[in-house]
Amino acid sequence: MSIFVDDDTRVVVQGITGGEGKFHTRQMVEYGTNVVAGTSPGKGGQDVDGIPVYDTVSEAVEKEDANASVVFVPPAFAADAIFEALDTDLDLVVAITEGVPTQDMAKVNKRLSETDTRLIGPNCPGIITPGEAKLGILPGNIFEEGNVGLVSRSGTLTYQVVSNLTERGIGQTTAIGIGGDPIIGTSFVDALEAFENDPDTHAVVMCGEIGGEDEEQAAKFIAENMDTPVAGFIAGRTAPPGKRMGHAGAIVSGSGTGTAESKISALNDAGVPVGDTPNEVADHIEDFL
Amino acid sequence: MVMKLHEYQAKEIFAEAGIPVPESHLASSVDEVMEAVDEIGYPAAIKAQVHVGGRGKAGGIKIATDEAEARQAAEDILGMDLKGYTVGKVLVEAGVDFENELYVGITMDRNEGKPVAMVSTEGGVNIEEVAEETPEAIAREHIDPAFGLHPYQARKIVFEAGIPRDVAFDVASFLSTLYDLYEANDASDIEINPVMITSDRDVVAADAVMNIDDDALFRHDDLAAMEEDSYEDELEAKAGEYGFDYVRLSGNVGIIGNGAGLVMTTLDLVDYYGGTPANFLDIGGGAKAERVANALDMVFSDENVDSVVFNIFGGITRGDEVAKGINEALESFDEIPKPVVVRLAGTNAEEGMEILNTDLVQVEGTLEDAVQRAVENAQEVSQ
Repeated sequence: MSIFVDDDTRVVVQGITGGEGKFHTRQMVEYGTNVVAGTSPGKGGQDVDGIPVYDTVSEAVEKEDANASVVFVPPAFAADAIFEALDTDLDLVVAITEGVPTQDMAKVNKRLSETDTRLIGPNCPGIITPGEAKLGILPGNIFEEGNVGLVSRSGTLTYQVVSNLTERGIGQTTAIGIGGDPIIGTSFVDALEAFENDPDTHAVVMCGEIGGEDEEQAAKFIAENMDTPVAGFIAGRTAPPGKRMGHAGAIVSGSGTGTAESKISALNDAGVPVGDTPNEVADHIEDFL
Repeated sequence: MVMKLHEYQAKEIFAEAGIPVPESHLASSVDEVMEAVDEIGYPAAIKAQVHVGGRGKAGGIKIATDEAEARQAAEDILGMDLKGYTVGKVLVEAGVDFENELYVGITMDRNEGKPVAMVSTEGGVNIEEVAEETPEAIAREHIDPAFGLHPYQARKIVFEAGIPRDVAFDVASFLSTLYDLYEANDASDIEINPVMITSDRDVVAADAVMNIDDDALFRHDDLAAMEEDSYEDELEAKAGEYGFDYVRLSGNVGIIGNGAGLVMTTLDLVDYYGGTPANFLDIGGGAKAERVANALDMVFSDENVDSVVFNIFGGITRGDEVAKGINEALESFDEIPKPVVVRLAGTNAEEGMEILNTDLVQVEGTLEDAVQRAVENAQEVSQ
């Protein structure tokens, strides 16, 4: 088992004819992902490596029975692309695009609450179920099939922790990068809930970072609702207040909210051990299994 | 990230939208200040135009009641160092005879994923303390971004906040205009603190904060043109030119990596192993050799740096490009300025290791080992 994506996921790539879209479509196909269509307004009728291109998402869904999309559309058009995807009742939309205006995402967020579609991202590396499907830009070769779920706000930190796991022979059910923006679709809690309900996920890694209160909410959820053990990591312990550390969401505000200490103590209180190093997170997971 | 507007810029935008602001003139010399006060009269406020909070408490705002005081204030404030920023411009503004100070603000509530409007009768310099100690003194109303702020919501929040009845509708209309500006300009925050209720029972914006979501600047050429670079130091300015996410810190271990979470983690590990990070530098995804070389140039430009750790986990960034960039940067020196530890993993890491000139750098296989070695190097160099 796995969460959100598997062998049956039929993917439409929004923005398939752009540089990023084309490159990562090839990588996804090479990994074994079932990419059934792409969209690029005005380029309907063409193909990319034999994958049919449509002008609209609804046409791609109708003709190719797609049930998930990956968005590689530039930031100025990304919200529109997500709205288009949400209007077709896809099960899943994964938005890779970095730099989507926050007020656009507030509007998307509103529309999202009226649909049954799951949005992952934006500004995220995507999601992978090792051996089955990859939707996004994660490097497939570092993952291995197994029983550990992983959810993270950061891309490369995910790769680091996954490699610490894989090196020890600990594989993954599904790994999700939820994205580093202030407003995102899938939260830690959403992902944790899905992992809790997946019988094949025996332990979960949660990689958070400074900014916002998502990690604190996750800690509360873990304490109240989870039997599956969780180990954590929080990036940004040394970040000074008021300075944004790369991600738009990663900032400790002047009044001191969103600090690493607050997140670590909330997780510890929920019984979640937090590693001082990525390797220590793998130690904790090894203990759980 | 946000682009900050100066008070005078925000007030121009407010005034154009019909929000009352005091008469004011921008000045960048003592003579210009004196001309301005001549026109405005006394009392007049001389206000430093710099992007720092708490200007007043730091001496960046003075009230002048006569010519001598105005001249003194202009001489004191122009050119002064305000929390690391040099004051080049002041706003000379007519003093307002006020009875009450209110707080009005709109920002994005990231937990709710929607904007929130806030109003309080306890405006003034201590609003942060009010927010901390008596949050109930600030009335809040979330805004559905699909509809905007409904007029009834503006009235509701104003009555909830206990704004005096004779000016309640004025403040509500103020708030509606502010939300229109917030949306139309892709603001991340708008704040007026204080909104003054004058002795004539008029409502005036005595200060103005407006920050713009810089991810949205592509559709606001007019606002982008208002950007005035005011970096706290020249290295941050240089990073701006190179287009890096960079934050300067006070330590001596220079840090370069890809991806915000992993770079933050590298900083934390430097601290964990007993070192002190000199900076946060994210080269971003898919960096080519030139960008990598620029990153090394950045870190070597920081005179506090005694040692460098370069940590790359390639996803869309390729190890061979990184190695080329490191070679390029280091081969241009007769002597490597500071020891560099490199750790490459992920996409094309093996190809990168073959290319990397290991006479010039120290190579480590894991993140932990690389950081520990860089911390040791820094300790040796600084001894």
